[in-house]
Amino acid sequence: MGNDGADNSRRRFLTNATSVVGAVGAAFVAVPFLSYWQPSQKALAAGAPVEADFGKLESGKMMVVKWRGKPVWIVKRTAEMIADIKAVDGEVADANSKVEEQQPKYCQNQLRSIKDDVFIAEGICTHLGCSPTFMPEPGNTPVQGWKGGFFCPCHGSLFDLAGRVFSGVPAPTNLVVPSHYYLSGSDTKVLIGEDKKEA
Amino acid sequence: MGVLVKTRDWVDERFPLMDTWNKHLAQYYAPKNFNFWYYFGSLALLMLVNQILTGVWLTMNYKPDAELAFASVEFIMRDVEWGWLIRYMHSTGASAFFIVVYLHMFRGLMYGSYRKPRELLWIFGMFIYVALMAEAFMGYLLPWGQMSYWGAQVIISLFGAIPFVGEELALFLRGDFVVSDATLNRFFALHVIALPLVLVALVFVHIVALHKVGSNNPDGVEIKKNKDENGIPLDGIPFHPYYSVKDIVGVIGFLILFCIVMFFAPEMYGYFLEKDNFVPANPFKTPEHIAPLWYFTPFYAILRAVPDKLGGVAAMGAAIVIMFFLPWLDKSPVASIRYRGIIYKAALAIFVISFFVLGWLGMQPATGILTALARVFSVLYFAFFLLMPFYTKMDKTKPVPERVTE
Repeated sequence: MGNDGADNSRRRFLTNATSVVGAVGAAFVAVPFLSYWQPSQKALAAGAPVEADFGKLESGKMMVVKWRGKPVWIVKRTAEMIADIKAVDGEVADANSKVEEQQPKYCQNQLRSIKDDVFIAEGICTHLGCSPTFMPEPGNTPVQGWKGGFFCPCHGSLFDLAGRVFSGVPAPTNLVVPSHYYLSGSDTKVLIGEDKKEA
Repeated sequence: MGVLVKTRDWVDERFPLMDTWNKHLAQYYAPKNFNFWYYFGSLALLMLVNQILTGVWLTMNYKPDAELAFASVEFIMRDVEWGWLIRYMHSTGASAFFIVVYLHMFRGLMYGSYRKPRELLWIFGMFIYVALMAEAFMGYLLPWGQMSYWGAQVIISLFGAIPFVGEELALFLRGDFVVSDATLNRFFALHVIALPLVLVALVFVHIVALHKVGSNNPDGVEIKKNKDENGIPLDGIPFHPYYSVKDIVGVIGFLILFCIVMFFAPEMYGYFLEKDNFVPANPFKTPEHIAPLWYFTPFYAILRAVPDKLGGVAAMGAAIVIMFFLPWLDKSPVASIRYRGIIYKAALAIFVISFFVLGWLGMQPATGILTALARVFSVLYFAFFLLMPFYTKMDKTKPVPERVTE
């Protein structure tokens, strides 16, 4: 800057004031640019609860419904499977579902379900988001001595048929059980993605 | 005066054409002892041009839509005139780009090209490498095959491991609860517009920095220390025509190999294009075995070697970040491997072996003995960097000549 008798402190003040106002303006303009990346109204609408009817599901089998673009599993557990779950309490990392974010309150139990025989969970591994494979037969599993459950092919995480993660695998927590409730008067119709509203 | 000369002079009065030409080519003095390893910088530039050119052509028929993307790539392959060639130039080019960049970086490790005064040159180069990885990752989602889909799902989930903000951040990056059309469309925008601009800008500053400090050479001696009466380095020769011609020889050799792969093995037996990516993306079914493309597998192996989600992500990030600090980790009095002792040579050899073994492990399923191996080689990988300040000091070096050798 020239020294031709200019008032330098006045110049500095004007420069600083302009910079501060400009920075504030830039911060405001950043909001729409960043918000643009958030899920759109359409994506959010697709996250609305979905109804599923597992009336035709056989015992020991699994069906998949789509909610928020994710697979949601509904497994009808046999008495044997339930016994297997209870038998591995010592091998799973969080047997009693202590980590609260992984399931709603009404599923914070050993079998992680409302009804003992019906298990509902998001089919997304809690490690890095792959979809684990349903392996109900103890014989056909990739891991020796494992009673079956869900096996994640990406990084080898193991879950039992209550979605409880075994100790020593990469996945840190149990599979997520989404909010859901049985529609009034039905034993086989559930609404997935919402808690039951108090009447 | 001829018309050409007149035109040149007309331009020169309005734009520093000859100044630029001389400064960066005809009177840019590079060391006279460049060897084979000095081909890869210009080859990387060639690959950048190839990717941009073929990429622009591909966008003319590609559809960034989850419903249409997979079919549009097949359309390019089958129905567009010469579409298969343009697409294979692009897919083979991606792998070739990484090959020449890795060799270029290895050259830097051998001859100490990252050392003072070239620290910033190295850092710009590292930023190019990181931008290139982002570019490749986003480009791989576009064909919307099974590997595209689940690879992106896994990599974006990595951000979910960050404490507190992770899940929100992953949602923000995807723009949906899982990888979806929204993700595909934004990756297309970033892959085709944003990152190429960043890459070109970074390559520009990389070259500006190089021409400021001058090229290193296999002897690791500064040619600027010995100049003639005109200020020209005694061991320097003008880049053009000497190295422009030499680089053309490299380009020819390289293109022969490139074409052999592109025409006879464009999938490179699953290494350049994975088998599962010929199946359209299915958000309900993860393939039996997922692995990233070969150029990411060393880091993927490090990720899987750590039995903790956040720990694995942190280790993978650290494996890349640590390379930025190389100029300050090397305490050796000499730059080039020619004058270093046995310790550095052994360390570099172990590092290269570790990188290859990790790269191989990253392609295998993570089971028992392989996970144990991945842990051993991850430790060796980090040891190369973390122990460098100690072993480069202990190493017995040879005397460095005053001038470059033949």
